[in-house]
Amino acid sequence: MIAESMYQELILEHYKHPQGRGLREPYDAEVHHVNPTCGDEITMRVKLGDGGKVEDMSYDGQGCSISQAAASVLYELTAGSTVEETLAVVEEFTRLMQGRGKVEADEEVLGDAVAFAGVARFPARVKCALLAWMAYKDAVVRSAR
Amino acid sequence: MNTGFDVERIRKDFPILSRGLPGGRPLVYLDSGNSAQKPTSVIETMREHLSSHYANVGRAMHTLGAESTEAYEAARDKVAAFIGAPSRDEIVFTKNASEALNLVAYAFGNPMSEDPRFRIGPGDEIVISEMEHHSNIVPWQLLARRTGVTLRWFSVTDDGRLDLSDLDELVTERTKIVSIVHQSNVLGTVNPVAEVLARARRVGALMMLDASQSVPHKPVDVAALGVDFLAFTGHKAAGPSGIGVLWGRGELLEAMPPFLGGGEMIEAVWMDRSTYAPAPHKFEAGTPPIVEAVGLGAAVDYLSGIGMDAIARHEREITGHALDALGEVPGLRVIGPENLDDRGGTVSFTLEGIHPHDVGQILDDAFGVAVRVGHHCARPLHLRFGIPATTRASFYLYTTPAEIDALVRGLHHVRKVFA
Ligand SMILES: Cc1ncc(COP(=O)(O)O)c(C=O)c1O
Repeated sequence: MIAESMYQELILEHYKHPQGRGLREPYDAEVHHVNPTCGDEITMRVKLGDGGKVEDMSYDGQGCSISQAAASVLYELTAGSTVEETLAVVEEFTRLMQGRGKVEADEEVLGDAVAFAGVARFPARVKCALLAWMAYKDAVVRSAR
Repeated sequence: MNTGFDVERIRKDFPILSRGLPGGRPLVYLDSGNSAQKPTSVIETMREHLSSHYANVGRAMHTLGAESTEAYEAARDKVAAFIGAPSRDEIVFTKNASEALNLVAYAFGNPMSEDPRFRIGPGDEIVISEMEHHSNIVPWQLLARRTGVTLRWFSVTDDGRLDLSDLDELVTERTKIVSIVHQSNVLGTVNPVAEVLARARRVGALMMLDASQSVPHKPVDVAALGVDFLAFTGHKAAGPSGIGVLWGRGELLEAMPPFLGGGEMIEAVWMDRSTYAPAPHKFEAGTPPIVEAVGLGAAVDYLSGIGMDAIARHEREITGHALDALGEVPGLRVIGPENLDDRGGTVSFTLEGIHPHDVGQILDDAFGVAVRVGHHCARPLHLRFGIPATTRASFYLYTTPAEIDALVRGLHHVRKVFA
């Protein structure tokens, strides 16, 4: 029962009840990212406000529980935060995912996203977890232009 | 002929099947359509060749060279007999089925091709199908890019059969070659070769079969099929990876230009030109996969020893059991024929609301059940069914009903996790 530790309750909860899903107006930038090996895809929009605030992050996509839950967790993180704050979490999340399961997760920084720690041990699934987070990084850069 | 097919005895021939997985899970290998496991006779034959007979083939004038060449060429005889090739010279060793398909595609529109059957250009057409593996799509797309020829496609019906309703509009005087899969690696469908071939013959088109998923599983006789080319790959037929086979009609192989250039494929080389060895060596440039060919020879010996009819019968029983048992899983939809008519031992399916990656991961980690998830190198087929991916269970001579039951138990568990 190795993988089941990967399927944390929190991940399954987000997968079954995704937060903030559905594309919304207005937005500054829209990006579309795919994972060619498994066909997971996500479309993401970002609207930035005054003082570096993320006014809205909306998304739609399809894929496995890991990729979809990761987008939902990311949405909750961005709500009411600044770009700077969220990018710091993206940074830490990426470090954790690329650490082959050998990186100690910083729960302080990650919050709920720490639930994905187990995914890092499955190289084939790391891209699933990172799909939305990479799309977000991309969308923020494009919004700021 | 032996009538009692003893799967437990057969399993003993495959050492890997008795290994366990971390955490005390037994291995339930349902991914033979991806690559099959190897019997001891194949492993030992390759080992024996490496430890006692190995040298390069064709060019070494010493005892080991002679022994190695003899074993390599004996493998060609075995493969020729296995698929009913009228001549051993019609068996070209390649590195896999993909190379065999590319080899034929590169003969078309090649300025060196003098035979009109291989001359091609804008206005000419190639016909493939929506159920092809990428290996029987991309080489033809590349050919279309190089030459301006049009690529046309057979559709697939909702129940996973080749749609022949527009056969006469699709295969016409403009068609140069029809290349389709003999048995689909996703749907399990076995295609009606005779019907398509009759039309191809009427319009003067060539016909090629991608037999990667049929040759390992049932008796295949190229002469009886009557097609022009057939490709398959060793690793799916209980042989090693790194060796594949192109069978082609002798007179066509003669008419085709070489594919790769190098040692062993020549007759004589001058600085301004070369002449080429006759087929099959014309198509085997460089040192071939010697030990792999010898291993494939041992694999077809092994399969023949069991009997391809007996293997096909066993797989049919297993597939029947799988279709019944999977039918009981709520939310499960089989992508492909739901009956046993003209279908082989590959069953792909979706589970409502659960992504195949999640299905595959839990099956493996909780139950040791190895299936393949994704589009199985047949993306156009998945697009046709409007789904990004499927879970695929594929069977072989060593698959047991208990393994199917383990899969079904696993699927019930997957549904519970995501309920
Ligand atoms: C139907 C079919 N065609 C072609 C191939 C390609 O085989 P290989 O990768 O050995 O070239 C496969 C297997 O992957 C297959 O299932």
